[in-house]
Amino acid sequence: MIQLPCPWCGPRNASEFTHHGEVTSRPDVGTATPEEWRRYLYFRQNANGWVDENWYHTAGCRRFIRVRRHTLSNETEAAR
Amino acid sequence: MSRQVGRKRLAPQQGEVIDRRTSFEFSFNGKTYAAHPGDTIVSALAADGERVFSRSFKYHRPRGLLTASFHDPGCMVQVGDEPNVRGAHRLAEPGMAVSSQNTWPSLKFDVKAINRFAGRFLTAGFYYKTFMKPEFLWPTYQKVLRQFVHAGEISPDTPHDYYDKRYAHPDVLIAGGGPAGMSAALAAARAGASVMLVEEEHQLGGHLRWTNPGAAAELTAEVAATDGIEVLTNSVVLGRYDQNWIAVAQRDLSHVRERLIKARARTLVVAGGLIERPYVFAGNDTPGVMLSTAVRRLINLHAVKPGERAVVLTANESGDAAIADLERAGVEVAHVADARTGEDVVRVHGRKDVRAVELTGGRRVNADLLVTATGWTAPTSLLNMAGDVPVYSPKAARFLPGGTADDTVLATGGIAGDGSLDQLCEHAEAIGAEAARRAANHRYHQLAAVPTRNDGKLSKPKGTAATLPELGVRQHPELFRASTHGIVDYSEDVSSKDLHLAVAEGYDSAELAKRFTTATMGPIQGKLETINAIATIAEATGKTIAETGTTTWRPMYTPVSLGALAGRIFEPVRYSPMQRWHEQHNATPLVAGQWIRPDHYGDPAAEVRNVRENVGIIDVTPIGKLDLQGADVPKLLNLLYVNKWSKLGIGRVRYGVMCAEDGVVMDDGVTGRLGEDHYLMSTTSSGAARVWEWVENWLQTEHPDWQVHVTPVTTAYASINVAGPKSRELVSRLTEGVDLSAEGFGYMQVRTGRVAGVDDCVLWRIGFTGELSYELHVPASYGLHVWEALLEHGRDLGVRPFGVEGQRILRLEKGHLIVGQDTDGLTKAWSAGIDWAIKLDKDDFVGKPELVWQKENGDGARLVGIQPVDRDVVPPEASQLVTSRGTIVGRITSSRMSPTLGRSICLGQVDAELAKPGTLLTVHLPNGSKVAARVTEHHAHVDPEGTRQNIDTPPSQPRPHATPVARSPIAPGTKTTTIASWQVDARRSSAGLRLTDHTLLAKVGVRGRHDGAIAEALGTSYGRTIRDNGSAVVVGSGPGEWLVLGSPGGQDKLLSRMRDLVENTGEFGTVIDQTHGRALLKISGEEAADLLAKVCGVELSDAATPDGAALRTSVARLVTDVIRLDDNGVPAYFLHCERSSGQYLFDALLDAGAEFGIEVDGTPAAPTL
Ligand SMILES: [Zn+2]
Repeated sequence: MIQLPCPWCGPRNASEFTHHGEVTSRPDVGTATPEEWRRYLYFRQNANGWVDENWYHTAGCRRFIRVRRHTLSNETEAAR
Repeated sequence: MSRQVGRKRLAPQQGEVIDRRTSFEFSFNGKTYAAHPGDTIVSALAADGERVFSRSFKYHRPRGLLTASFHDPGCMVQVGDEPNVRGAHRLAEPGMAVSSQNTWPSLKFDVKAINRFAGRFLTAGFYYKTFMKPEFLWPTYQKVLRQFVHAGEISPDTPHDYYDKRYAHPDVLIAGGGPAGMSAALAAARAGASVMLVEEEHQLGGHLRWTNPGAAAELTAEVAATDGIEVLTNSVVLGRYDQNWIAVAQRDLSHVRERLIKARARTLVVAGGLIERPYVFAGNDTPGVMLSTAVRRLINLHAVKPGERAVVLTANESGDAAIADLERAGVEVAHVADARTGEDVVRVHGRKDVRAVELTGGRRVNADLLVTATGWTAPTSLLNMAGDVPVYSPKAARFLPGGTADDTVLATGGIAGDGSLDQLCEHAEAIGAEAARRAANHRYHQLAAVPTRNDGKLSKPKGTAATLPELGVRQHPELFRASTHGIVDYSEDVSSKDLHLAVAEGYDSAELAKRFTTATMGPIQGKLETINAIATIAEATGKTIAETGTTTWRPMYTPVSLGALAGRIFEPVRYSPMQRWHEQHNATPLVAGQWIRPDHYGDPAAEVRNVRENVGIIDVTPIGKLDLQGADVPKLLNLLYVNKWSKLGIGRVRYGVMCAEDGVVMDDGVTGRLGEDHYLMSTTSSGAARVWEWVENWLQTEHPDWQVHVTPVTTAYASINVAGPKSRELVSRLTEGVDLSAEGFGYMQVRTGRVAGVDDCVLWRIGFTGELSYELHVPASYGLHVWEALLEHGRDLGVRPFGVEGQRILRLEKGHLIVGQDTDGLTKAWSAGIDWAIKLDKDDFVGKPELVWQKENGDGARLVGIQPVDRDVVPPEASQLVTSRGTIVGRITSSRMSPTLGRSICLGQVDAELAKPGTLLTVHLPNGSKVAARVTEHHAHVDPEGTRQNIDTPPSQPRPHATPVARSPIAPGTKTTTIASWQVDARRSSAGLRLTDHTLLAKVGVRGRHDGAIAEALGTSYGRTIRDNGSAVVVGSGPGEWLVLGSPGGQDKLLSRMRDLVENTGEFGTVIDQTHGRALLKISGEEAADLLAKVCGVELSDAATPDGAALRTSVARLVTDVIRLDDNGVPAYFLHCERSSGQYLFDALLDAGAEFGIEVDGTPAAPTL
């Protein structure tokens, strides 16, 4: 199990966190087309490399944190 | 007086590990044998002349002792109910019942016939070939193969063993306790590192135990005398995962058979030594063929004479030394074949036993023992798991580390190269010191990142990277196979001929041939056979060994019991404050997520009728409750709910539905406005945690500028719904300070007041059941008091409790949907029949675009009320609704027999065009029959106009009632006493490790900016605890979150003191009483951290978590605040969790602490912090 670098708590086991997936940005609700909205809902980069992810430290500080993670090596760096 | 047991037992040996002073008996296949303490099962049997311990997997050939170690493939036995015991490793115990495995038809049976029969189809790839066509033969194949099934027997009646686990955070973890491992451990410990030294065998020493017992004893004593080294013998490193997450199986404990240690090591040193490899030739698996290390172990460790007349094939000094050992033991060495001069063996003769050895040139030497010393295998698996690819060295005739492992992993000892004992130890010391240096660097960065340290300055570790010394390798002949074919993989019965055949059939790479033949895939997992397999494949393909490469070593390094992997099973359970009452009154328990709830008390239909006719009370504590405070709460509510919230007046309650961004209904509940900027939100019971996280997500990531503080208060309140026409009468008999008249407290309103003498109760007038009803939220410690008062004061009104089933019937009669029951993961809001609540004219709310489009398209199902035409038929939930042609057009989502109407009633989802009232539907029942049902006008089957809750009986006067008693969630022992209205445990213990319930302490939560004026006024922040001048303890429990603890009964004073403090700062902050919402336990004693390390993965060292540290983590899988507050130098930890799980945590701590002799100590008369 990898550790994640929580900027509040220090390194903690990943099992303390809830994965909230890649960072996305919410389209303008007033103008979004169905395609834009569903891209926001369902489409992810799924890169083989560095990705920015949201994690919630459920069993810790209960902060949403942003972590840069390399999906191949599992290297991480805090990106709050 | 010493007595020795066994016909083959030798006179005392210098390094022997048996205790000759005593002996005991055990049985093998029903026959009695004697053993000394220290004997393995197999050494005791060998001491009595036994040579056959099992039969092989496919061909059922007799198998004996080959390596005399954990990895001896022929020595796997059954011990009682336990299969696959490593007989050459497991110590014999008095009375042990051992039996052999793979003994179809019996251990002694002449297997010629079977070999002839089996040989036809048990060749390479037989798994794949056997299960091909013709299909009609499969049952026959199965029958035959079942006879071949190996690996012992599992009894379904075997009781579950107790297993547990533990976390560890060593600076340096060393795999292997031989001379290199011990030297590395000593060097690392002397450099200040904490070391965990793991040795697979029962003693430290490695090969020194038989090559140089004096040196082994000396090093072992030095390790024992050095601080900072934790030695685990009979334990093994199973695997290495990312960031040095290391699994260790510990087997040297008395209270548990096997324990899994999850270690996060800063550096890993791999010092597994070398494993001697067998030689491939005809008959190489015959009992009596042994490795040089095996005979040296037998003679030197167990004083067992391995045979009478031996032939030795030697290519190295281990073989040479074995000759000397054999001679000393009185074994006649009939011939030495020195492979360094080109001599070789061809085959052994004999079936159950070696009779003679045939040498090159055909000479035949009579012997009962053939000892081979043909080379070594480096068990590099831990290095491979760390990214290394081993490289073949033709000079050393073995694979060596490739040097590309992660830089937190180092290797020393035989794995790394060859050398004299001094050279190996010197190398290991350099590696150990470097491991300690890297660990110190790593620790420095880790400590710098944790907020729990005290103010002591962290000094950057000194020391610069050392150039790692290298060990050379010695010349060794490349010796793998003689001129004949023999067994390569003993566990899977794969011969070198099979491998040649596999290559001939096209499986010409190591990975393919391995899978096709199953070589290296048995219980020994390649440790003995990999290099021979690769050499054979190389030979068959005409490639070199280096070109062929090795197969991939994966975890686990050795097999481990599933029980050890499972460890303790931690499943947090939640109870309401009234749960014990429910149990005492024969409630049928319902498991609802983590909650245990009363389903009913015997007759749910009668409970329903009583609610409709008189008054019932139900425990609804699991309903999610979030305290919302701040000026921007209306913005938050408008964003999360589909309906509008801007104009909710103080004292008003509104029902709301939440959707996700895809428009699918996520949760529902009511939210009430308690004050100007103060709201209480309720959620479904199952959705409470999800909604909280959802709210935090929107606040933290999308709207960090909004002034809203959210505090979960689900278990801060015991929630009781009082429902029925007589509910006003009942509630008013116990309520003070609230006008309960129909005009004074209307439907969908909220009030706060005193109930049965308990202050700060929240009363909602809402109606899930359709009756006049009051939902009372009572400070949880008083829940049982209020519950019992309601029953007592409502006796003349006919009050009785009702359970979840009764409530489900009542709400279905009333047509209220349950999210997750009447909706699913595809149900968008317009499909849930809540059109009236959806306000598309709001600028924004979560999921709005999808709902705009759903409305435009009119797509999706509709939730409707449904009544079967036959009033006695209750279609089971999930029954499909179909057209006459069988097309599915919907389904029944809820169904019950209505006690009120005396007919079946349902809710269901149907296609929009069939949702019109009166539409006739066909319900397809699970038994295949079909019944007609009709869509009803309303969701509600009973009282669709909603008149019943408008009943307008006058309230009564409050009556005298019993004095409130506050109760902790932890059940006290039989002896109790009262402190500040709390009933507490009065037991006293002076045990070294004690567990005490401190729930009665005043607990106040404060929220503010993590670095603002409130933080400054409180004097601490996340990670640290201070004692403030008002004798309270201020715990920095989270970023911008504090927990203030005070003496019992002092919460009101503490609350107002904190409110003043926050107000004086002028910053936006909230102060909430958590006294009743949380459980608080204390563990004290020198072994407190050891106990916690069994249930908590966070490092509790003095450096990372000193006195005064505060952190939140998972304890026994429960989110818990851990606060270290030592008692005059004795370590003590306060554990703070949600009240409903307090008993669970208490029990889990007692369970984990049993090995330390933990005892419950009652609450002290004047609890201090
Ligand atoms: Zn955190």
